[in-house]
Amino acid sequence: MNFKHKYMFLLPGLLVLLAILIFPIGFTVRLSLSSWDSFYPGLDFIGLENYVRLFTDDSRFWEAFGRLSLLSLTTVFLQYIIGFSLALLVWKEIRFQRLFRVLFLIPMMTTPVIMTVVWRTVFHESLGPVNDFFSLFGMQPLWLSSEILSKFTVILVEVWQWTPFMFLLLLAGLLSLPKEPYLAASIDGAGPIRTFVYVTFPLMAPISIGAIIIRLIEASKIMDTVYVLTSGGPGTSTETSSFYIFIKGLREFQFGYSAALSITYLIIMIISFTVIAKILVKLMVRGE
Amino acid sequence: MKITSSVSLLAIGAVLLAGTAQADKWSDQFPHIKNSGDIPGQCSYEAMSKKDYSGQKLTINTHAVPVMGEPTALHAEQFSALTGAEVKVIHTPAGDLYSKAMIPFQAGQTPYDIVFGFSNFLRDWKQYLQPIPAKYVNMKQMQDVTQGHIDVNSWGGEMIQFPIDGDRHYLKYRRDVIDNPEYQAKYKAETGNELRIPQTWKEYAEMAEFFNGWDWDNDGELEYGSAEVMKKDDLMYAAFFSRSVAYSKNPRVKGGFFFDLETMEPLINGPGFVAALTDWVEATKYVPPGGMNFGLGDEINSFGGGQTLFSYSWDDAFVAAMQDDSPIKNKVGAAPLPGSDRVWNRLSGAWEDTYNQAPYIVWGWTAAVAKESKNHDMAFDYLCFFANDANHQADIAIGRFGVNPFRKSDFLPEIYVKNQGWDPEIAQQYSETLLEMEEGSTNLVFPLRVPGVFQFNSAVATGTAKALAGQLSPQEALDEVAVEWKKIVKRIGADTVREAYAIGVALEDSE
Repeated sequence: MNFKHKYMFLLPGLLVLLAILIFPIGFTVRLSLSSWDSFYPGLDFIGLENYVRLFTDDSRFWEAFGRLSLLSLTTVFLQYIIGFSLALLVWKEIRFQRLFRVLFLIPMMTTPVIMTVVWRTVFHESLGPVNDFFSLFGMQPLWLSSEILSKFTVILVEVWQWTPFMFLLLLAGLLSLPKEPYLAASIDGAGPIRTFVYVTFPLMAPISIGAIIIRLIEASKIMDTVYVLTSGGPGTSTETSSFYIFIKGLREFQFGYSAALSITYLIIMIISFTVIAKILVKLMVRGE
Repeated sequence: MKITSSVSLLAIGAVLLAGTAQADKWSDQFPHIKNSGDIPGQCSYEAMSKKDYSGQKLTINTHAVPVMGEPTALHAEQFSALTGAEVKVIHTPAGDLYSKAMIPFQAGQTPYDIVFGFSNFLRDWKQYLQPIPAKYVNMKQMQDVTQGHIDVNSWGGEMIQFPIDGDRHYLKYRRDVIDNPEYQAKYKAETGNELRIPQTWKEYAEMAEFFNGWDWDNDGELEYGSAEVMKKDDLMYAAFFSRSVAYSKNPRVKGGFFFDLETMEPLINGPGFVAALTDWVEATKYVPPGGMNFGLGDEINSFGGGQTLFSYSWDDAFVAAMQDDSPIKNKVGAAPLPGSDRVWNRLSGAWEDTYNQAPYIVWGWTAAVAKESKNHDMAFDYLCFFANDANHQADIAIGRFGVNPFRKSDFLPEIYVKNQGWDPEIAQQYSETLLEMEEGSTNLVFPLRVPGVFQFNSAVATGTAKALAGQLSPQEALDEVAVEWKKIVKRIGADTVREAYAIGVALEDSE
């Protein structure tokens, strides 16, 4: 087989890659340099005008980005803590271990949009069961229409939905850990807390970093929960970057501008995740 | 628009009621029209049964079930049975109707023969739509449509969208409370004011506050003052405009409600709009818990379920309240939107201390045929069949269908008494309120129908949502909206926006 034949075999894969990855990104970049909207459809060329508008005249995007950072970091942190705890719980031999493992995975298997509709009903402030309960104590918390509580509700729904994913990854990591370090710790007389701090946690660090980064990538795209639960409100208090891009692109039909938002967002995300991964490695693996 | 004489209206009604066939072979086959049977006309069941569209396929993009989606699917099934056509109905959430049609339109594709949407999409969609052929425009069925709704579906005198629904915002209230002598006395004793149908937004607020948070209908549940669409991006801008018209639509000032037509300067941050938003922020105190997150569905369920004293927006909440399964059937009333005891005059730059009221003919459901569709005849026949007399009479009786009155004959109270079991007094009040808004007022406001309408409305939603959430004061919020509107006008081009806006202003100023 000569050199050219090798490329012939690679060609189908390369074409698929080109069609589903390179072309959309290239087209989005081109779109971001146009003024395509509901009134002027077409790929005209306006240079960096959309990017200039974004950096000089669109504080709402940056506010949404700040909110996104808060929501995604908080949700992933909580998911990690809870997911790790649950994984530790069913790691060892306990009664109904298999049942618990399946139960903990159920939220992840449900459809996010449908579950968010259910949550919206549960937290409905005048008709929902949660406030029915709180009204027994003379309280009616504004789960969806208070600036602070609405963020909490979004976080809660996200944590409920995606903690099982973290649980699954961490449980798989725990099950693959070698037995020897635990034997050594046991011989040295280490209790469960010391064993966790000095053996389990360090051994799980690479898996933890992977799980956290995967979840951060997903959490940074949070859209359906916000869309269904609060529409970004009250005011703009739960509006995230992806929801804002959705509004500009598919509600207001500013395709060119929303493409510029998407490209900027993508670049920021790539840089952010690279930095976060380095920090996590430093903290969790090297212990610096 | 001239006032239609009661005589001609009665004559139309008499003809319609007289012509109403009772159970016939068509109602046996299609129980949906069991109350009226088929009604003769160009697109009646009988007429459609003579068409043969076998082997042809019609694709329709419509709203999700039930509002408009359910009647679309039902009439598609009937149309298919009558003509042999294969009709595919695709259901889309309201927020995506615009883009789902617009994306293929712009890309030169025609996945849908018929697109359902809102009448204010018209300016952006019109170049992709086939104007309604003269044979439909001139048919008897269309002559029954009110002039206001002919205007809403037309652009520059040419009808482009097919009238299938009529919409306006009006006040809904609990008659069993407002007309209750005991509550009238209690209200008078405690506030010194008369308990009556609110004439102004100030009265609306006072009454809503008084009846907020206690069990005034003795059903064991707390009731509240008002249910309103306040959820961001969920049609809230339309609710805001309903509250704004009384303060900002001055009948003595021509040349634009949203913009000054001459300069294209936004008027949205003027004192009239600010006064309305200030009222609206206050309203957050007398809506049910979580009312600030109420979308249209919540508003319908809240008022329709007997939770609030007042509501205002589309017909749906009223129709839901008047359905047989409603706990408050025949306990509700309809009235024009409240007015104000002052109105802003932007020319003199001062408030005029005089009573003002303005009906808001808000946009509603409509449907149109894609210009590039290969099935124009079949598509127009479907729409004509959708809105034929028998289907229309049956559709407006079902609240969840979202089909509301838009024909002169719809304003006959007898229809609601006979077909839907409404109290005659309520039916009379409902019909008079709607007809008065359509044909009696000379101070109408039409919805904004300009290029990029979604950008303008989205800016209003964001600004007003910030004010409701307390993030900004009403003036700050509307100043922010005005700045955004100026940017949109600049991007699209002042002349382009002006040209489109002038058509709506001409309708308002010709009153």
